Amino acid sequence: MTDMATNNDIVPPAKSSLLALDARTQRRNREESTFKALGLGAVGIGMLFLLILLTTIVSNGVGAFTQTFINVPVYLDPAKLDKKGERNLDDIKKVSTFGYSPLVLNGLLELVQENGIDTPFEKSKQMKSLVSASAAAKVRDYVIANPDQIGETVTFNLLAASRVDGYLKDRVKREDVARDKNISAEHLDLVDELVKAGIVKKGFNWSFITGADASESRAEQAGIGVAMMGSFFMMLVVLLLSLPIGVAASIYLEEFAPQNKFTDLIEVNISNLAAVPSIVFGILGLAVFIQFMHLPQSAPLVGGLVLTLMTLPTIIISTRAALKAVPSSIRQAALGVGASKMQSVFHHVLPLAMPGILTGTIIGLAQALGETAPLLLIGMVGYIASNPPDGIVSGFMDPNSAMPAQIYEWAKRADPAYYERAWGGIIILLLFLLTMNVIAVILRRRFERRW
Amino acid sequence: MSLVKLTTSAVAIAAVSASAAYARDNVQVAGSSTVLPYASIVAEAFGENFDFPTPVVESGGSSAGLKRFCEGVGENTIDVANASRAIREKEVKACAENGVTDIIEVRIGYDGIVFASQIDGPDFTAFEPIDWFNALSPKVVVDGALVDNPNNKWSDANADLPDVEIAAFIPGTKHGTREVFEEKVLVEGCKASGAYDLYLAAAEGDSEKAKKKAAKKACYHVRTDGKSVDIDGDYTETLARIDSNAEGVGVFGLAFYENNTDKLKVATMSEVAPSTETIASGEYPVSRPLFFYIKKAHIGVIPGLKEYAEFFVADEIAGPDGPLAEYGLVSDPELSETQSSVADETTLGGS
Repeated sequence: MTDMATNNDIVPPAKSSLLALDARTQRRNREESTFKALGLGAVGIGMLFLLILLTTIVSNGVGAFTQTFINVPVYLDPAKLDKKGERNLDDIKKVSTFGYSPLVLNGLLELVQENGIDTPFEKSKQMKSLVSASAAAKVRDYVIANPDQIGETVTFNLLAASRVDGYLKDRVKREDVARDKNISAEHLDLVDELVKAGIVKKGFNWSFITGADASESRAEQAGIGVAMMGSFFMMLVVLLLSLPIGVAASIYLEEFAPQNKFTDLIEVNISNLAAVPSIVFGILGLAVFIQFMHLPQSAPLVGGLVLTLMTLPTIIISTRAALKAVPSSIRQAALGVGASKMQSVFHHVLPLAMPGILTGTIIGLAQALGETAPLLLIGMVGYIASNPPDGIVSGFMDPNSAMPAQIYEWAKRADPAYYERAWGGIIILLLFLLTMNVIAVILRRRFERRW
Repeated sequence: MSLVKLTTSAVAIAAVSASAAYARDNVQVAGSSTVLPYASIVAEAFGENFDFPTPVVESGGSSAGLKRFCEGVGENTIDVANASRAIREKEVKACAENGVTDIIEVRIGYDGIVFASQIDGPDFTAFEPIDWFNALSPKVVVDGALVDNPNNKWSDANADLPDVEIAAFIPGTKHGTREVFEEKVLVEGCKASGAYDLYLAAAEGDSEKAKKKAAKKACYHVRTDGKSVDIDGDYTETLARIDSNAEGVGVFGLAFYENNTDKLKVATMSEVAPSTETIASGEYPVSRPLFFYIKKAHIGVIPGLKEYAEFFVADEIAGPDGPLAEYGLVSDPELSETQSSVADETTLGGS
């Protein structure tokens, strides 16, 4: 009876059809599609921010790659440049750039008058706001290199002042110049005429990529080239030091070290070091390398040493992961045919782990390349990257900046033209990072072995 | 293991030999970020016109620069410190303790400090020092007594000012500019409002001088409720704050303002508009001299150091028509005296 009763209580299973879903399945499906939509939304938001970031960078920075130039015939007046007339190089050198500047401005004024351009300016001094202050230095360098040209009229392709350049790039607006003492509306009229006459032209700005930093008053002349050299020498130091040290340390820890408290302590500390903020390494570098070891300030060598300290934990961790991924059967096989422990590591394990090690190293280098904070403390931010290094020793030892430090410095300067250059510098830096990451990906794809 | 040993010892040897064999041949300068633009202009022109390498100029603030300057004598210390204020006695002493005894002080000119706001923002067109004191001081005078500052809007401080919340961006304490702001604006406002006399009456001290010092110090305080913001970075940071806050008022250097007239409008102080002319004549009240300091012991050791200093104060550079004046420096009317003192290497407090 009881059996019967229970049997009667059982609800007969609901008729399920393959075509109609029951309520629970429907709910689960709903949850799944909501989750998928949320995930897609998250990816979408990420992509959107990336897009905003990239468009901002490109739209702000692309202007730095073009620059406005003025073609000016300059009469190299012997009465001013070589008063004695002996063409003695020492006498010629005595005339400073301040002596050259009037010649350039005279040349420009004559050019304006020859072209019949109507302008209220009658004095050559009033042309000053059109031409970069670097023009005089360019002419002087030319004269010192070619003293026999004194007395001739030579046409120079000179940089226009940053306000003129900004006007042609729509950075300087006509309505804003009323209170700007660097340029006036009449000057802008003149610029319009000069553009029509083909004297003022925009061109690709190679010197932005190859040139040195410039002072506050000459944004138009500044380039990132010397800072790039600084970054290059720093990365060389990082690579030469952190790769051998990092790989040796990880091989020892992974393959040879006995498992004891001491090794554990080292391992924990390496992981901790990887999480230390980079500014701490900057202070350490200042104290150890500059104040104790008396290495020169602002030198890429010191910057490289500091960044080595920062990169080492990253490289050790990724190298150990790569070594760990090599199956132990490889080691045992090597040992089984009579190889020594060292031979098994260097002949078999290390070659197989190499792609992983190189990928980790490149990513560590890319991280170091974009690092600014430690460089602040060892004197690599400021008006530093002004002399291109002449030779390898000078490249390591002479004061220099680095790309991210140069970008930071430009972003701080007063002239809005520097702001544009900071964005331009970011484009170049990103291109470098992108290249390095692509190399890392290719290495991984091509050579990585899976077991 | 041998690889590790080999590399580390190689690095150590390389580093030591490099530092021993390497003689520095460029001038190194650090200090005030206000002086940095001028120093970089001079350094650039110096590199172009002389056979010496272009000097290296770092920023970081007057106090930080003088601290590094006083670290000692030798090639791994800087040669020149830029400062937007005169060196303090304390710093001269710290220098002497580290062996930096002969210091040459060079005054390069004057710099104006301006008060500016967003160009499309409220009408901040005229300030008096007392307005700033009443807006920023933690205690102000109400009916002859010091009370906690009740002013929330500029119009509470002065009915002629716009009716907007107080949001002032002033230089942080590591900047030389802050000192000028305290001396020329806050203390003046403090005296004008009568707070100084109240502080003086309440001050405790052994002598009249100590009391006055304490009262002055009390005037330096600014409120900490977020209405006054210390900017420890550069003027670009202040500009960014003003850019995002239409009601903000910031403290800038004259040269910085003149480069950003498309974004900023400047206010008068004590009814004088800031310009190189009004600062040179002394009419505009908030200005200060700019300096750099040279280690005499480095002259003759670091090539080009003396030439750099002489070039900096030469008429064609620091004179009224030179590139520094063009950038915004108010040239020193006594420049010729500075030139001769640089030429004679006259040190502080002595021959």
